[in-house]
Parts: sequence; structure tokens; C-alpha cells
Amino acid sequence: MLRYVIKRILLLIPVLLGISFFVFMVLHLFTTDPAALMLGQHATNEQVAALREELGLNDPVWVQFFRFLSDLVQGDFGRSLMTRAPVLDEIFSRFPATVELALAAIFIAAIVGITVGVVSAVKQYSVFDYFSMIGALLGVSMPIFWLGLMMIVLFSLKLHWLPVSGRIDIGMEPVHITGLYIMDSILTRDWESLKSALLHIIMPATALASYSMAIIARMTRSTMLEVIRQDYIRTARAKGLKETVVTYRHALRNALIPVITVIGLQMGVLMGGAVLTETVFSWPGIGSRLVDAILASDYPMVQGSIIFIATVFVVVNLVVDLLYAWLDPRIKYS
Amino acid sequence: MDNLLLNVEDLKTHFFLDDGVVPAVDGVSFHLRKGETLAVVGESGSGKSITSLSIMRLVPAPPGRIVGGRITFAGEDLLAKSEKEMRDVRGNRISMIFQEPMTSLNPVYRVGDQIAESLVLHKRMKKKEALEQAVEMLRLTGIPSPEKRVRDFPHQMSGGMRQRVMIAMALCCQPELLIADEPTTALDVTIQAQILELMQELQRQMNTSIILITHDLAVVAEVADRAVVMYCGKVVEEAPVAELFENPLHPYTRGLLNSIPRLDENVDRLFMIDGVVPNMLRLPPGCAFAPRCPEAREHCRETAPRLTRVAPGRLVSCLLVEGGAA
Repeated sequence: MLRYVIKRILLLIPVLLGISFFVFMVLHLFTTDPAALMLGQHATNEQVAALREELGLNDPVWVQFFRFLSDLVQGDFGRSLMTRAPVLDEIFSRFPATVELALAAIFIAAIVGITVGVVSAVKQYSVFDYFSMIGALLGVSMPIFWLGLMMIVLFSLKLHWLPVSGRIDIGMEPVHITGLYIMDSILTRDWESLKSALLHIIMPATALASYSMAIIARMTRSTMLEVIRQDYIRTARAKGLKETVVTYRHALRNALIPVITVIGLQMGVLMGGAVLTETVFSWPGIGSRLVDAILASDYPMVQGSIIFIATVFVVVNLVVDLLYAWLDPRIKYS
Repeated sequence: MDNLLLNVEDLKTHFFLDDGVVPAVDGVSFHLRKGETLAVVGESGSGKSITSLSIMRLVPAPPGRIVGGRITFAGEDLLAKSEKEMRDVRGNRISMIFQEPMTSLNPVYRVGDQIAESLVLHKRMKKKEALEQAVEMLRLTGIPSPEKRVRDFPHQMSGGMRQRVMIAMALCCQPELLIADEPTTALDVTIQAQILELMQELQRQMNTSIILITHDLAVVAEVADRAVVMYCGKVVEEAPVAELFENPLHPYTRGLLNSIPRLDENVDRLFMIDGVVPNMLRLPPGCAFAPRCPEAREHCRETAPRLTRVAPGRLVSCLLVEGGAA
């Protein structure tokens, strides 16, 4: 098992190298001259040329790439052209918001998706089954930004139930422990902050969850339907177990194995920052920061964010792979 | 009849499909005494497995449904029981083992936990106590180092081992009746003999009655006291095993016995019954076996025979047998 983990971690190296190379090249080829960008529109050609020399932008591409790479390995992602702050600091200050939103969304998606999937499978072809599968179809096909906007219109502007945007009411931020507001406010028993944080997160998390929820519901339903026809389910019934025990203890655990893959993949995607959702709800996470950086041609920030997001994605996937061993004893890692 | 354990009378289990109704079990009657082993013999699709699932009230519904008949077990009417009452019977007083040991155990739980689950449920044991009992059951079924194997997952065991686990699981609550649905079909011949021997040994120890469902006449000869032969959802013949082999009355039974390859005769081709099992959606009006029967007469195709007693303990459903006519 330990050997497998080490092997998998070593395998991450070429993957991340490839990603870094790709990101570097794309940005190098398609962005405007960073020196000109940094100096603003009133700079003279001589000033720009001097800065280009100073930044090493006249060196061959591969030299620049290896310089970039060696900085990267030392944890130096460069500085944002917009804020002049180190890119990594910017990312870390934004990351907790993204993690909090992703966790909330995955939580909602998994709980609702699995429950709906199980009930649909157990009551196949019932009214509930039809409605939930229509709902799931809507969930996968509805654009998230549109859903988000419609939710804002309904719940914030018409009904005034929920705040329009942001993470928490100004001045309500709980003491910083983990950076996750919900967690921190529970840890410090700051119930007012908790309430504010929950009211803010519920809409973006639900909007973000809609796609994953639909995927999880459909996946759970189809694997449950398959598992319920297995011989060992008949064995469980022949033991005299209650139908609920048969469903939840014997069928669900088997049915969840492929569902966990889907949840893991979705988790990786969401952790990397939900660009659209964060933008629609002005959620101060990595996704919305990335959009700002792209619009401002802030290439070190874009570069750093994408590499960071990719790293999170592959690490989350690795963790999910390792989780299988616990869920499915037939899987042996070696 | 004294020491009667199970009495199945005119059992009808039909499957309601889009294309029509399949009478998978159509008026089946038989009985079983305490400590006895009854073989139910027939080809695939003859309704023998559905008969056993009907006794357990585990027929997949929809599309299946028990539409008629009576199942009396230890004086109680099983078809009148509520689902909750049935759950107290299943795995406790009647238990079942299945054909496919490879897929009949839940892959994500340790075998010990799967055996213990029954004991916790029916015998109200504590988990720890139940696991100790599971080790004992594994020891009884002849699994070496049971205290280690109890922590195995099913995939770590061979087919024969898994079938032993299934037997341990089925017998752990000391049921009065064990229904074994083709318990050895998926196993190697050497393992088959061991499993059959084990079942007989445990039957003697626990005084359990066994219904053995099989298509394998060699197995019947080995372990059963009496046999019921089924064809197209109906019982065509019932007899003590020795008499059945010596003097089969129904042409179908004779066909089955003739199709066993023999070492002491040199033949170019093995015997087989002509034709195939008819479509259960469109059964012929007369005897269901008539289209394949080498001895069928005209009236066989028009009149359906009824199961009739022709000698003590011998019943047959054939118009050609003297006294066997309707």
C-alpha cells in the first residue's frame, strides 16, 4: 500500500511538469508583452525594451521556461502584475473560500444525489422516479450561470430571503483558524457569523451542486438497479433482513463504489475554483480571481492559478483512488 | 401423515410479462417429512427454482406473483403470513443456499460478519458472541483455520470454500428446512462430493430437512430419499429415489435417465430427448411433454394429464401409464 502511494506520488511529477509546460507555452505565445503591460500606455519604447531585458524576456523560450520551472519548484510563482503581491499569497488568501464552497456543494450534491438515486432505483418507474430523473436531466443541462442568476432574481431580489453575493456580511468574519468561515464560526461558537455565512453560501453552493447532484443521482440510480439484481442481495433477503437493511447495508455500499469515482472527479473540478459560480455570486475564491487576472492580462497570476488548480485536481483524484481500497476490499494496491 | 414438515398444495406462481402470462409454477404439490431429503429435478426453466423462491416468498415481484395454492410449514400457512412474520421464518427456520457461490456472498463484507448478521438478527446475539459462533460454524463446515478465515473477504476464497460459507450461513440458526438450489452445479466434481457429504453430515447432526433442487441425477441418486420430477411448471412424477431409478414411469423421467452417459455401454452418440422445452407463453393444450414424447398418442396432445397416485408413494402425470389417466 505504502509503495503504491509513493509510486502514485512520483507519477504526479511528469503530469505536473506537462501541465506547467503547456500553461507556460500557451501564455507565452498568446499574451501581450508583459513589460509593456507593467509600464502602462505612456511608457516609451526604450523603457519597455529595458524592462524586457531586465525580466529576461529576450532570452530563448526554453531558458525562460527552465527559469520559471526552477522558481516554481522553490515555491516562487512570481508576483501579480495587478497587485504586485506574490501570486502564491494571493492564491492562498483566496483558496479557503473556494474550498468552503466546493465542500458545501459536494456535500449537498452527495446527500441529495445519493438519496434521490437510491429512492428512484428502489421505486423504479414510480412518479418519484420520473420526476427526479427529469430533474436530473434539467440539472445536467442547465447552464450554471443562468441558474445562478435566476436564483438571485427569485430568492434575493423578489423574496428577499438570501443575500445577493459575497461570503459573509461585512464585519461578521469569524476569528481566522482554518479560513473556512462555517468551520471557524462553529469552532469559536460565533453563531451570528455562522448564520450569516450559511445564508451566503446556500445559493452559490446549490447552484454549483446542481450539475454534480444530477450526475450523482443518475449514477446512483443505475448502479443501484444493477446491484439490486445481484445474487448476494437475494442472499441478504433470504436471511430475513428487512428491505431497508438490504437496501442500505448490502446494496448501497456496493453501488457507491462507482459513485465515489464521480464524486471524486467532481470534487477535483470544484476544488479548482468554480469560475462561473464564483463570478455570478461574487464569491471571493480562486475562480473569480482567475477571471479577473485573465481580463487584466495578469499572466503570472493566470499561470500560477492554473498550475495550482491542476495540482489540486490531481491530488484530490489520488486521494479518491486511495479511498477505494477502503470501500472495495477486492482492490489491492501494489 | 405424521412428522410432516412442509406441504405444498397446488402452488401456482405466474409471471405477468408484457407478452403474456408465464405459468412458471402451475399447480405443484409435494410434501416433505422431518429429516428427509427431497430432490426436485428438472431442466432449466422447469420451475424448480421458482418453487423454492415461492416457499421463501421471495419471488421477484413484479412481474412474479403467487396466484394460488397453499404452503403449510410446521402447521403454519406461509402464504397467509405478513411480510414481517415471513422475515422471522427466512434464514431462521427455513434457509437457502444458491447455485452461484461466487456471487452469492456480498463482496464488501467479511464472511464472518455475513454469518454473524443472521445470528444477531434471529438469535439476538451480541456481535462478539455471534462472531465466535461464526467461527464454530466455519469449523463445522470443515474450513481449515476458521478463526483466521472468518476475517476473509469472499474474493479471498475459492468457490468450494464460499459454498461452505454459504452452508455455514444457512445453518447457523439451525433451521428446520434447508433449501439448496443447485448447490454443487458451479463446483468441481471433487468439491461437489465434499459439499454433498457435508450437507448430509450436518443434516444428521441438526435433523434438518432438505429440499435439493438439481438437474443432476447423479446428485439425486447420491443424497435424496425421494424425488419430484418437474417439467414446464408441473410435477410429472414423484417417487422414492431407488424406485425412480429402477422403474421410471413418465417418459420424460425415462428420457432424463437415458441421457446419463454410461461407461459400461459403447455408444456412438449420447441419448438425448428430442426437441426443446416449449415456449412457456404458448404451452400446448394437452400434455406439455407431448411434442417431445416418443410415445405420445393423439389424445396426449388434447387432454392434459393429472398427477395421480399409481402405487404407494408413487405419483405420475401421464395418460399412458395405467391408472395415471385423468
